[in-house]
Amino acid sequence: MRRRGSPFTGVGVVLAKEAADYLSGARMWVLEALVFLTAIAAAYAAILSIRASIGESPFLFLRLLTMAQDPLPSFIALLGFLIPLVAIAIGFDAINGEFGRRTLSRILAQPIYRDALLLGKFLAGLLALTIGLLSLWLLTIGLGLLFLGLPPNTEEMVRMAGFLVATIAYGGVWLAVAFLFSVVFRAPATAALAALGVWLLFSLFWSVVTPLVATLIAGPPEGIFGPNLAYLHTAQILDRISPNTLYAEIALALLQPATRALGPVLYSQVQGALLGAPLPATQSFILVWPQLTGLVAAMIVIFAVAYVVFQRQEIRA
Amino acid sequence: MTEEVVIRAEGLTKRYGTTFAVDHVDLDVGAGEIVGILGPNGSGKTTTILMLLGLTEPSEGRAEVAGFDPLRDPLEVKRRVGYLPDSVGFYDGLSARDNLAYTGRLAGLSRREIDERFAESLARVGLPDVGRDRVATFSRGMRQRLGLAEVLMKRPSIAILDEPTATLDPHSTQEFLGMIRGLKADGTTVLLSSHHLDQVQSVCDRVALFNHGRIALSGSVTQLAHRVLGGGYVIDVEARGLAMGDQLLAIPGVVRVQGLGPELYRVDCERDLRPEIARRLAPSFDLLGIRFAEPSLNEVYTRYFDEARHAA
Repeated sequence: MRRRGSPFTGVGVVLAKEAADYLSGARMWVLEALVFLTAIAAAYAAILSIRASIGESPFLFLRLLTMAQDPLPSFIALLGFLIPLVAIAIGFDAINGEFGRRTLSRILAQPIYRDALLLGKFLAGLLALTIGLLSLWLLTIGLGLLFLGLPPNTEEMVRMAGFLVATIAYGGVWLAVAFLFSVVFRAPATAALAALGVWLLFSLFWSVVTPLVATLIAGPPEGIFGPNLAYLHTAQILDRISPNTLYAEIALALLQPATRALGPVLYSQVQGALLGAPLPATQSFILVWPQLTGLVAAMIVIFAVAYVVFQRQEIRA
Repeated sequence: MTEEVVIRAEGLTKRYGTTFAVDHVDLDVGAGEIVGILGPNGSGKTTTILMLLGLTEPSEGRAEVAGFDPLRDPLEVKRRVGYLPDSVGFYDGLSARDNLAYTGRLAGLSRREIDERFAESLARVGLPDVGRDRVATFSRGMRQRLGLAEVLMKRPSIAILDEPTATLDPHSTQEFLGMIRGLKADGTTVLLSSHHLDQVQSVCDRVALFNHGRIALSGSVTQLAHRVLGGGYVIDVEARGLAMGDQLLAIPGVVRVQGLGPELYRVDCERDLRPEIARRLAPSFDLLGIRFAEPSLNEVYTRYFDEARHAA
């Protein structure tokens, strides 16, 4: 039977309340401080290194994000590591927390569908994440202006904006994972552990798992006549199941303009190419388009699964 | 029951696999009535309430609340119904005002309406000065009152209260029951689920007794007493003397005699036997008093479930 009334009734109210909670909560402050301090430290360390070789690259601001300076990893490596943690911290108790506080039935007894509650909370989480990342992005550019004494050029701004969008989508995937577990598990601690488990799998163990599985499917990496292409393709497909891989590939192509391909490259493909010459920003965006849409699609699919599970749940709290 | 039915359930059923949580329930509640739903834990009361609110989909049957189908028009139903769940929860970090303003906005109230209604509702539930306090500092009783304030703020035509006094002390309970009577005085229809039979009896016009997902009995307490206690009349006899119980039981038409105290007996009769009882006792016993007794819902409930257990 078809329900009457918009499923979006109340989304704005839920979004406003939840965004205010996320942005003013102690948990968010601690996490944001952690991300800001580490990322700014990485950017500052990169600035010190870049100042010594300021005339060598036309993309100084991009190097600010990609250059690692011992003992700190690069800005993008830190973001890739910390953003999932922030997203999980925002979302792991989104729904089960309502069950635990016994507020769910009271809220859903108001004239809204449960769709609105889930979507409003998710959008609020995404908004909090976006505000945090945008601040960090602006702060990094400000630091660059201050210490390098040069403004970023248009191409750098376009590439960095694309990277910001990709980072939000990457955070969105992990937020959706956290939401899914917050719907599936009634105990917030269990949901947090499960989400962290998935994060650990993709951050640490996936690079160990994929060669093994690829070998099982397509044979060993090296064939009699050289590299086994079937193996390389299979390993790449498996690698790209991980949002971390998709995000790393986007960062590589957008922030290192000389990147011409992602994955195995045949000799025939590089004939006539000027190696080391930067690609135009539009070409880099075309290169990462599948990865970017992949991240957005993963976010939507995982959220859709959470939505279906939530729709089927009994509301008794 | 009044002529206008505002809550109607017809064959309402909720099945989990092969288990029936609610089994073909039929229920009518008239406008302005207070109807109590009773029954042991797991008898289907809360599931029925959730189906009436559109929060759980029935497996079979249909319901109509305030003229709308909760399955098809849940938003319209929820606009007209105020719901107070058992042990109501709030956002502890927010103030009472912020908590109620949130649900007020979800209910579609404007900022002005929220401001106007908030103070009035808090005053009605006896919490006039706690609007700015964080709910974390509230006792259970205060939370329950705040939950009722939320219902009042919505100004619903129907209030569904699920075990609202379960966690309250006796004094707060009496105050809360007064507030429920206040809802009726406002013309609000109330569906009240409770385990406290004396409370249900004191505020409800009619009751429905749930057992194993079905409504086993429904009607006024007097009607239920007629059906369950066997006799149509319950008479309290106050008299002094030996073997009083046997004497009373020997009177034709007496179904049951129950000693309530050293000189007080409750007699279930098939008809009004006060003259016969007086005639039989007067010569040899000190008859101190004889009067109709208000049938007790507690007695009805206990007897019904005793008999149901024996039958099983």
